[in-house]
Amino acid sequence: MTYDLIFKVLGVCVVASPATLLAVLGLPALVGRPLGERTISRLTGAAVAAGLLAAIGVLAVMLISDARMVALTMGDWLVLPDQHFHFTFKFVFDRLSVPFVILSFALCGTTAAFAGKYLHREPGFGRFFVLFALFLLGMIVTSLAGTIETLFAGWELVGLSSALLVAFFHERTAPVWNGLRVWSVYRIADAAFLVATVALHHLTGGGDFVGLMGSGPWPEGHADLTSQQALFVGLLLLIAAAGKSALVPFSGWLPRAMEGPTPSSAIFYGALSVHLGAFLLLRVSPLLELSTILCAAVVTLGLVSAVFGAIAARVQTDVKSALAFASLTQVGIIVAEIGCGFRYLALVHMIGHACLRTLQLLRAPTLLRDYHEVENALGGRLARGPSFWSRIASHQLRSRIYRQALERGYLDTLWSDYLVRPLFGCFQWCDACERRWTEFLSGRRAATARQLPTEGGVADELL
Amino acid sequence: MSELHLPWIELSIFLTLVGAAWVAPQRDPERAQKTCLVFSGLALVCTIGAWLDFGWLHVLQAHDRWSLCEKWFGTEIFVIDPLSAPLLPMAALLSFVTALATLRTKIRRFSFGWALLAEAILLATLSCREPWGIVALLAAGVVPPLWELRLRHKPMRVFAVHMIGFVGMLVAGWALAEHSPPGDAPSIVGVALLIAAVLLRSGIVPTHCWMTELFEHASFGTALLFVTPMVGVYAAVRLLLPIAPEWALRSLALISLFTAVYAAGMALVQREARRFFCYLLLSNSSLVLVGLEVATPLGLTGALCLWISVGLALTGFGLTLRSIEARTGQVSLAEFHGLYEHTPMLAAFFLLTGLASIGFPGTIGFVGSELLLEGAIDAYPFVGLTVVLAAALNGIAVLQAFFRVFTGKRHTAPVSLTCRWQERLSVLSLAALILGGGLYPQPGLSSRHLAAKRIIESRRTGLGLESADGHAKAPPFWANAAPIDAPRDVGEAQRSVDSMLK
Repeated sequence: MTYDLIFKVLGVCVVASPATLLAVLGLPALVGRPLGERTISRLTGAAVAAGLLAAIGVLAVMLISDARMVALTMGDWLVLPDQHFHFTFKFVFDRLSVPFVILSFALCGTTAAFAGKYLHREPGFGRFFVLFALFLLGMIVTSLAGTIETLFAGWELVGLSSALLVAFFHERTAPVWNGLRVWSVYRIADAAFLVATVALHHLTGGGDFVGLMGSGPWPEGHADLTSQQALFVGLLLLIAAAGKSALVPFSGWLPRAMEGPTPSSAIFYGALSVHLGAFLLLRVSPLLELSTILCAAVVTLGLVSAVFGAIAARVQTDVKSALAFASLTQVGIIVAEIGCGFRYLALVHMIGHACLRTLQLLRAPTLLRDYHEVENALGGRLARGPSFWSRIASHQLRSRIYRQALERGYLDTLWSDYLVRPLFGCFQWCDACERRWTEFLSGRRAATARQLPTEGGVADELL
Repeated sequence: MSELHLPWIELSIFLTLVGAAWVAPQRDPERAQKTCLVFSGLALVCTIGAWLDFGWLHVLQAHDRWSLCEKWFGTEIFVIDPLSAPLLPMAALLSFVTALATLRTKIRRFSFGWALLAEAILLATLSCREPWGIVALLAAGVVPPLWELRLRHKPMRVFAVHMIGFVGMLVAGWALAEHSPPGDAPSIVGVALLIAAVLLRSGIVPTHCWMTELFEHASFGTALLFVTPMVGVYAAVRLLLPIAPEWALRSLALISLFTAVYAAGMALVQREARRFFCYLLLSNSSLVLVGLEVATPLGLTGALCLWISVGLALTGFGLTLRSIEARTGQVSLAEFHGLYEHTPMLAAFFLLTGLASIGFPGTIGFVGSELLLEGAIDAYPFVGLTVVLAAALNGIAVLQAFFRVFTGKRHTAPVSLTCRWQERLSVLSLAALILGGGLYPQPGLSSRHLAAKRIIESRRTGLGLESADGHAKAPPFWANAAPIDAPRDVGEAQRSVDSMLK
């Protein structure tokens, strides 16, 4: 059996296992015949194990055969020969994607095992695992994407599953509105990504990363673009990454996303999803080399996010929000590392941080018990002396920073005041004008307009 | 012209007409529904037969065997070509599932006889080749909803005023365009009137008020069947595209782009589910028009793909809303309803169809949206980006509506609200098409690309950019810029298109 064949078989297994899981869990739910808890848990475990083993197999064969990049082309999914339009599902196994895929399977497997117990007899047990399978598929597709369109498809799947899992406890309004907020930020970021995709198509004649970043294995590619082109596309991708990784100014959704069940919070906002922005920047890192301004923007955004996350994390009153901002701090540092050109460092940092944060978030529900155990072992309260900042900063300065941190940098307020409220106000005004115009045309007073409730509107809730 | 193996098209129209006549005197609504389903189902089978038969023939145009129209009128009125081949079964399917998913709480309000008549007119419109035939059928198509509004004593002035304007401008526009002196450009007034008629029927801003009125006052099923097949777009392809100069298409595309964004924003702030649906549909149908008017192969292919995907997805979306209404009454988006636990299947389908309408990956809308964006940015590099903005706003609006209807509280109901088998069948058949078309899009894409190429060729021939034998010619000056006093004969253009297609 040749290496090519082994790569092909294992590569297909890696991609097919989450896709099959989604089909097996999703289709019965769609036709109104959901599976039982035990079956769902076993199927999930089997699919994750199969994918993980196949991914480790790919890594082993790559090491044995000394291959640094293996491409798995599934053929043209769409093709219009006379328009030179191709949409190819191509998956690439290289030094960036293989560690990220193994990490994804390992953490998803751990979280799935945890969730099987944590959500036992929860009414939304099946729904959680369908969305979990959607997320896993999205992560694997994004990680292995060999074309920017494939990456975009996986990116969207992750975004949808993320928003729906934030709103998992949907009998209450707060998780629902937070899910919508997450989705709204994702849609804005995805719009930037889509424009970048089309721009790359136009600039390079296709969406293949080989054509885009050069044929060398990651991270040695060289993009064939001018500095201005790289800056334009890179800034769009930076917006997309900032939205997905909750970098400033999109950080407002991150603590809100903690409304979801703990397993999904761990896997999304502690481990994998929150790192996708950094992963995207790593994947297109040859672009960064072409523009110093772009690198500076990446480093600045990363550092600002890290400082913001570090300050905000210190004033949170619940453990999940504190961990969310702590994640942001690390992601910000990872992004800054990427901007500085330390790609392997960023990759290792990302993997280490994801593992640590998953553990912390999964332990979060038992935090008080852990504290009690530590204090019982010590035989007294944990010591809390004056902090470093209280020794070097004045009380007034600390109060100001505390206020800023408590209000999360007023980022949500800024978005509301300068974007959401004017936009909604404008369209509400248009709606009122239209109703008056229709009344005028019909010669009556619109019944529906009279019945409109005066409060509880979408804008009020979003704000 | 090639012949199909059976008179599929005339048979489908005939069956729906017979069905309409059969159902009309029936007083028992349940019996009327069953009869309607039989005839609509048979018509669906015929249109699928026509589509498959046409595919096997591998020709550019075909007509019925043993055609009665040819015997009676001496010309083939109903033909099938790459554009109309999938539209016919789609239209028949939409009518069938709408009738099928009509629950008992709704069957007294929904007129099955008029629905069958509307289906007959729609099928005839989509398969008609003669311009005046299309004009007449488009005019006839406005009668069923108008009649329903009248029967139900609902306000009809806004709808009637707009539709009278539409028919008037369509007739006058085509008459002027057709009767331009030989060798002259099509009458500028005629083209302008045709553009206005297309804008009006497609509900492009600011001529869209009739759509919100229709959704508010007509039965949801009737309104759905009137707007989701997007016959305004069909009128644009058949009547306007072959003769409209570049400046006309460009201005139409820009207005449509504005409408797509405006309607998406309006969908965000709506507090009634029907109005929300209306704006969502308006935004998406405007995007289809954008692609058509871009008139590049990629943009046009994208628009034709989007036409099918939006038709299927938003009909499914509308049917889900209608099913919710059948359980709870008119749905307000100003409050939460928490229906997920009662109707998880409807919730899943609501989300699936909504996502398909915004071009989410894995659904039928993805390919069309991607191609449309490529085409729009090719044609208008910066303005085309608004397509992305519209898609983003629509995405937010869809999920917001999903949350409002299905989540936010625990709904208590004294009776079971689960899906009935009719709804299940409708939902699953549309879901299969939406997911199947999304996961295996190449056949659909190839078919739409072929149709797009035919449209572009007919436009080039119609504008005189290419002779009927395929040789390129210099563009006439009026085609790009000055619209007035330009040498063009529309009758000749139409004849040359016909001769090429033959």
